[in-house]
Amino acid sequence: MKKVVNNKAWFLVLPVVVLVAFSAIIPLMTVVNYSVQDIFDVNNAYFVGAEWYRDILQNPRLQDSLVRQFIFSFFVLLIEIPLGIAVALMMPTKGARASLCLILLAIPLLIPLNVVGTIWQVFGRTDIGLFGWTLTHLGMDYNYASNPIDAWFTVLLMDVWHWTSLVALLCYSGLRAIPDVYYQAASIDRASGWAIFRYIQLPKLQSVLVIGVLLRFMDSFMIYTEPFVLTGGGPGNSTTFLSQTLTQMAIGQFDVGPAAAFSLIYFLIVLLVSWLFFTTISHMDKAK
Amino acid sequence: MNWMAWTLPTALFFSFIAVILICMTVYEIKSPCVERKGFLPIETTRGDRLFIGLLASGYIHLVFVGLSEMSLFIALGISFVWLAIVLRWG
Repeated sequence: MKKVVNNKAWFLVLPVVVLVAFSAIIPLMTVVNYSVQDIFDVNNAYFVGAEWYRDILQNPRLQDSLVRQFIFSFFVLLIEIPLGIAVALMMPTKGARASLCLILLAIPLLIPLNVVGTIWQVFGRTDIGLFGWTLTHLGMDYNYASNPIDAWFTVLLMDVWHWTSLVALLCYSGLRAIPDVYYQAASIDRASGWAIFRYIQLPKLQSVLVIGVLLRFMDSFMIYTEPFVLTGGGPGNSTTFLSQTLTQMAIGQFDVGPAAAFSLIYFLIVLLVSWLFFTTISHMDKAK
Repeated sequence: MNWMAWTLPTALFFSFIAVILICMTVYEIKSPCVERKGFLPIETTRGDRLFIGLLASGYIHLVFVGLSEMSLFIALGISFVWLAIVLRWG
């Protein structure tokens, strides 16, 4: 059969190109334009070169929130990934109990972010919240509104509560995809539970885990709503993460120039990390 | 286009990026590239190397701005050399 060369189909992609240009590329270009100018109004804009970038990179407030952001994402991954794997391993494999577990796990994922923040804000209060009340009556000096360590603990616990399900569901689907013959071979070899996990389940989970790590890293790195509702970034600045600092700067103070420079630096960090994960995933696939 | 607050340097920057992309497209059509392994730890296509070169250039500029008071034209020069090296031997 003769192959027909017809490239007209490319025109069908055109609407997407126009949409993406309108919604992503042109706004991003505008941000770049804003980041090199001091803008007072439409007619009063002065070119300042890299001054905002220098301000941003040398601003201790932003450096602190960047460090906090990395620490937060690190702990999120450190807790949620092993916990998610453990939950997935302990879930029933079939029957009504499996369906029940899946539904229960999916519930936290369905709750809107600001509602999660509100739930935990009430839950953690020492006067009317069950969690705060219990801790206080167990003799612990807990107050997320005034103690930075308690605030961090609560924000992390909230994130773990909200998102571990995602990792667990991903791992669960990965585990179900392992053919039975692997387990049969393992039982013939009388492999221990640990050996089965280490040499069968974990390698088979690799690709879903990379996706899970990527999703959890990106989400936690861009977290805004939950800590904003729960602690408002406080006490002091102790739970103010990057996006909240950015919002304060861009909307609170209306410093468009520095906020634009900050956005682009933020964008470069996210781009680098996403690219690293993407490359890892695609090269793992090739290795297979 | 007034609302976009264009300046000459940003216009030059984006034109440069656009020209690179057009040139790469034409080059790709004329002689399609194959993945190969250079000094970078992974196999890369031409586009991968361009992306790596540009992203690294961004970081080179940020390091210059953040850690030194030196002129950014030095960073620009280093970036060009780096971009050429990555595209050729990466």
